[in-house]
Amino acid sequence: MRFGDSIFAARFQITLADLNRYLAEALSQGGDYADLYFEYLLTSSIGIDESIVKSAAEGVSMGVGIRVIAGERTGYAYTDHLVPEKILKAANVAAHIAGGPAKIEKFDLNEGRRHNLYPVLTAPTETALAGRVDLVRRADRAARAYDPCVFQVQATYADNLRHVMVATSEGVLTIDRQPLARLSVSALARRGGESPQQGRAGGGGRVSLDFFLNEKTPEHFAREAAREAIAMLDAADAPAGEMTVVLGPGWPGVLLHEAVGHGLEADFNRKGVSAFTGRIGQKVASELCTVIDDGTIHNRRGSLNVDDEGYPTQRNILIENGILQGYLQDKLSSSLMRSHSTGSGRRESYAHIPMPRMTNTFMLAGQSDPEEIVRSVPKGLYCANFGGGQVDITNGNFVFTASESYLIEGGKITRPVRNASLIGNGPEALKYISMVGNDLRLDEGVGVCGKSGQSVPVGLGIPTVKIDRMTVGGTA
Amino acid sequence: MTGNHLLDLANQVVRDALARGATDAECTVAEDDEFSVEVRMREIESLKEAGSRGMGLRVLKGQRVGSSYTSDLSPEGVGRMVRSAIEIADLTSEDPHAGLPAPEELGSLPGDLGLYSPAIERLDPADNISRAKRAEAAAFDADPRISNSDGASFDSGAARHVFANSRGFSGEYRTSHCSLSASPVARDGESMERDYWYTMARDPQGLQAPEEVGRIAAQRTLRRLNPVKVDTQKVPVVFEPRTARSLLDSIFDAVHGMAIYRHESFLAGKLGELVANELVTVVDDATIPGRFGTSPFDDEGVPSRRTPVIERGVLRNYLLNTYAARKLGMKTTGNAARGLAGNAGIGHGNFYLEPGVQSPTRILAGIADGFFVTSLMGFGVNIVTGDYSRAAGGIWIRGGELAFAVSEVTIAGNLRDMLRNIEAVGSDLEYSGSLASPTVKIGDMTVGGK
Repeated sequence: MRFGDSIFAARFQITLADLNRYLAEALSQGGDYADLYFEYLLTSSIGIDESIVKSAAEGVSMGVGIRVIAGERTGYAYTDHLVPEKILKAANVAAHIAGGPAKIEKFDLNEGRRHNLYPVLTAPTETALAGRVDLVRRADRAARAYDPCVFQVQATYADNLRHVMVATSEGVLTIDRQPLARLSVSALARRGGESPQQGRAGGGGRVSLDFFLNEKTPEHFAREAAREAIAMLDAADAPAGEMTVVLGPGWPGVLLHEAVGHGLEADFNRKGVSAFTGRIGQKVASELCTVIDDGTIHNRRGSLNVDDEGYPTQRNILIENGILQGYLQDKLSSSLMRSHSTGSGRRESYAHIPMPRMTNTFMLAGQSDPEEIVRSVPKGLYCANFGGGQVDITNGNFVFTASESYLIEGGKITRPVRNASLIGNGPEALKYISMVGNDLRLDEGVGVCGKSGQSVPVGLGIPTVKIDRMTVGGTA
Repeated sequence: MTGNHLLDLANQVVRDALARGATDAECTVAEDDEFSVEVRMREIESLKEAGSRGMGLRVLKGQRVGSSYTSDLSPEGVGRMVRSAIEIADLTSEDPHAGLPAPEELGSLPGDLGLYSPAIERLDPADNISRAKRAEAAAFDADPRISNSDGASFDSGAARHVFANSRGFSGEYRTSHCSLSASPVARDGESMERDYWYTMARDPQGLQAPEEVGRIAAQRTLRRLNPVKVDTQKVPVVFEPRTARSLLDSIFDAVHGMAIYRHESFLAGKLGELVANELVTVVDDATIPGRFGTSPFDDEGVPSRRTPVIERGVLRNYLLNTYAARKLGMKTTGNAARGLAGNAGIGHGNFYLEPGVQSPTRILAGIADGFFVTSLMGFGVNIVTGDYSRAAGGIWIRGGELAFAVSEVTIAGNLRDMLRNIEAVGSDLEYSGSLASPTVKIGDMTVGGK
């Protein structure tokens, strides 16, 4: 997209001269670097509950965040009023992080390199709302039709279209249009007078509405949620203590996100507060493990044509054959660490300071047949699906919670067990991976990652893996 | 923009919505100002200062609802928002229970609730920076093993909440807040740990001294050093006030009216039953002056109140908004909560466990072997079934005393049993946010370790 065609030029009459003026104001007190992040965000959401479409909403928000870096210091200000007077005032507030005369006065803005990973002509947000209301109705019907034990269904469809423009004092100007959509289904099932069980499923990405009509339909997600709820009806108490754990493919990649991903974000390592600090070149996983963070996969939830600092995203190798390769860098940390950005600078919105974040994080496929992996386990736990996870990056301890898991007895998957958390220590846990399946799968597209109060969409993936030792937090 | 102007705007939006065909309407406006400074290693790391506003509208056309919001408060922006909500209401379903509170249910608590202090707007950025620096410095000074820092920060802000509806409610209130936190990092050989402490208040005078914040943060961090992983076993588990708060959070989720009518809670259908030990009395009170869970009215314009939730172990009330109340054939408890867009959800006021008589030391004294939990991680609480399994860190209790640091373990049980097995409630009720708990001892839980 050309600057002149962007919503910021067309609707808000922002010119290149304006951008130069705002950057000059931001650096008027002697800062080393400044950037402007313009955002115009359209959102929609629709919810069904008890087969009644109980809510539907649309919204618009906009603003510009102005950042000034002076040495290790960051000044930040934003305004939701896209008029010159307010933007200049915000630039002036941010400028005062530095104290001195202006050093740079002219910025030769040129449109930078960017990918074209989501060439969606009409974003879901731009289609008629009635068509999207139909998605939640279909999900509701399909989940109820799956099994008579299903007695409650909720489905939520949400999408947004984010227009962004980044202009930096280094002359980079990038414009992007980022569609995102997600359908989530929750089903409750009950048998007789027993306690109900819940199943959840969902997915989406940076896709057009066709994705939900032709590729992953509401029925697909609804049946998956209902299946999980039904499967858990017979769940026994989960075991407690150290045991062999097999993770199924897909969303269980949350292991990588928590165990290593966060600990490799450069800000924590620049400050020396990560359990991975100073470990580049060291063995932190078994040689079967190669872990990638890739922001360039087409239509994925975690992908971006450019990151929120205007750099093109890339495919970053975090761990190769067990050896730690590098960190996820943003502008600030990479300049202080004398490295380069890995296209990992992200932020929740114009009101937030960017920081190093993951995009789509996954492990490359190995050689093993997934069935052979399960057969090799005399006694252990098979985890098919997880909820969320969390990590303490300083001591490296992480946790994630199995929402659908089964005992493995004599090489066979047997009984389902109740929800249990799995824990480990980041730099140690992946050393116990003894088999990696040939079935790499990426998740369906529902991930949200939180860090320092900022949420961003991310992707995950993993093949079936066998971990010889992991602590399972059940009660039995 | 002044408060009166925003209130006028909200009332105008409600009138516009009715003129365009809505049978009822409610409008929320929020205005926020924020300031924050982060320091690290005795230097400023970042300064942030900004303000924002937004407005949301929810309309009913008969029994159908539609919502929209905008951050563009220009006449054009507001006009688009109104048209959008009206159009959306044609696409949703007839919901027999949708609707606004009855006019006689609307209202606002009288008097000054101490939610706003003008001192917040007079804070000097230099003083704010100095508070954060002093807190971090106090942590460094506490012990040579505090060799690094994840920073210290001072945040402050003020907000204006405006709400109007077509049943004649129109009200607004202002709030202010400030907080100071420190997050030191300690190292001893191979062991590296981080913890934090914070203080928050409506008025800067209500904050703990920076030196106190830094010292407590350092203490909390140092006591985590060189942890061991214990064997898997069933033992008594004691939650300090900061981690006990998370149990209150789970109880809130379980008495949440939406979860109740959907049968998504292990407490659904249990009103009047003994669900917890008789030592347990849980109250939701949004009327306590100055607290973070206090407000004059909820997000549907219903006056805030005090609601006993669990009394001496017996479940007395769910927390409800108008919708959940209608679904359950009850009355709203004034717990409606919402953002700018969408139907009202349910929130809590000051939601707390009433303190008991035993000091924390007394509670520990009776435990031969047990686990004192000072940190919790993960999302392993299933409100539908009550299954509870979280990662925990803390200190092992041996012979009635805190003995050594423990980490990389899980604690697990089921909330139904955990509430019944609350064997002691401390006298040390500690308020900081809107959830508060004293020390709590649970008779036994499974600690998952080696």
